[in-house]
Amino acid sequence: MGLTFSEKILGRKAGRVVRSGEVVVISPDYCLSHDNSAAIIGEFKKIGVPRVKAPDKIVIILDHIVPAADEKYAQNHKTIREFVRAQDLPHFYDIQNGVCHQVLPESGFALPGLVIMGSDSHTTTYGAFGAFSAGIGRTEAASIWATDEIWLRVPETLRIEFHCRFPEGVYAKDAILKIIGDNGADRANYEAIEFAGPAAGEFSLSSRMTLANMAAEMGAKNGYFEPDTLTVAWLKARTLREFEIVVSDPDASYEAVLSYDLSKLEPQIACPHTVDNVKPVSALVGKPVQQVLIGTCTNGRLEDLEIAARFLKGRTVHPQTRTLIFPASRAVFLDALRKGVIETLSGAGCVIMNPGCGPCLGAHEGLLAAGETVVSTSNRNFRGRMGNRDSEIYLASPATAAATALEGKITDPRTRL
Amino acid sequence: MSTGRVWKYGDNVNTDVIFPGRYTYTLMTPEEMAKHALEDLDPEFAKSAKPGDVIVAGKNFGCGSSREQAAACLRAAGVKAVVAKSFARIYFRNAINLGLAVLQCAEAVDALSAGDEIDIDFAAGTITSGNRTFKFFPLPEAVIGIVQTGGLIEYTKKKLGL
Repeated sequence: MGLTFSEKILGRKAGRVVRSGEVVVISPDYCLSHDNSAAIIGEFKKIGVPRVKAPDKIVIILDHIVPAADEKYAQNHKTIREFVRAQDLPHFYDIQNGVCHQVLPESGFALPGLVIMGSDSHTTTYGAFGAFSAGIGRTEAASIWATDEIWLRVPETLRIEFHCRFPEGVYAKDAILKIIGDNGADRANYEAIEFAGPAAGEFSLSSRMTLANMAAEMGAKNGYFEPDTLTVAWLKARTLREFEIVVSDPDASYEAVLSYDLSKLEPQIACPHTVDNVKPVSALVGKPVQQVLIGTCTNGRLEDLEIAARFLKGRTVHPQTRTLIFPASRAVFLDALRKGVIETLSGAGCVIMNPGCGPCLGAHEGLLAAGETVVSTSNRNFRGRMGNRDSEIYLASPATAAATALEGKITDPRTRL
Repeated sequence: MSTGRVWKYGDNVNTDVIFPGRYTYTLMTPEEMAKHALEDLDPEFAKSAKPGDVIVAGKNFGCGSSREQAAACLRAAGVKAVVAKSFARIYFRNAINLGLAVLQCAEAVDALSAGDEIDIDFAAGTITSGNRTFKFFPLPEAVIGIVQTGGLIEYTKKKLGL
């Protein structure tokens, strides 16, 4: 019986053949944290070692509440900057760079075959590049800083195969929402999800990141795409670091194999207050929307902003629908600026925000009042997540979000093509 | 044996309703965290929960964010254990690392109601309510050491000889 990519990557780290279900203690390649680094520093100090064990493995990217929304957040950031200087941490990205899950790959850390632990649940994103990456808590991050080690259970793998091509107006976000809706928010709990099948290679890296990012919303430990020529080209354009591609054996053992025909999909939307409460957009058309958010680590890349711009070019967003744009990173923002995408979106009446997490986690930059509804391209719609507990969050693709912004009510993007 | 009361909730209780994001990136004492425990799910909880109480919930408890306060705030509120049909992966790790007992026992979840008296015997691996007794799923061997040492910080200190 062959091995899955998770068994291979973790086995290589452990120095022996490992199978799903086993527990390994390994040394991760990178440990990511963000604004929560202030809390991690607190836990690290409790352990009592003076220096972090492997400073070049620590990546800190400030993105959650940037720039600081009040003095408490400002103090948090200051604590982190002081620690970074005191410990000589080489991989620190301050508030101007964007969301960690975009900045980390852009900076050349998300390489095939690596093990990346991150103190953020959407650390699954780097599986888009063939890495093994999973979310952990703050105390665990502190423990990695001190010991350069973590215990991991080798996950079983759920394989999801894609066939055929999307119809017009349907995108990767619709596919992952459909999968989560069909299978439930805990279907892949503790498991790895391997995105595969004949159509997997047709997804852009940007779309692969959307899928791997939202693997977390099915409970998955990590997501994965087999690296191909697109992956290698994307990485070579951004880093000189060497890497080794790790793929599952053809006779690897899977917990289950699901199959999706992309040509049969229509635009999907996740309704309040769980990500698996998914319906076709066509079932909700006409619901008034006070705010639209396009961006974040799920859908804030150039490809996403270009899709939105296609709908909004030469038009104006609905006067009662505030439309916020959050590019995933400064690099994305600059690309969008050069291509005229930012001009189109701003010209249409969108508010162009700084690259970062924005209101996605409910701390600042565009929160909702009671009774308000947002259509967002982000990844979570839990009650109260983006403001008042009596507001409603709908999750959709950039196309659905942009079409909705134009009409001021939930709109099927296929009717505005 | 000291008994507590059951607080009963459904499936997919997520980390945002256990501990809202608006408080996540400021540093708080355990006492402050306890005041916001389950704020967006059940505002009564933080006002009336007593030490020894137990949360009983459906499947996928703690899904969502990796925020550790979602485990810390319950421990700070005096919660003796969370009994659920299943736990989200990161929450399960966080709870163990912080010393909050997370027990998998679908049978108890189906049988127990809000307000029931409940006690847990960790050594025997049993949950008791009145004359009903349930066996809970034992923790994986790999993590028992962390729990027995009192959480990951203490465990790491021990490992490093500090």
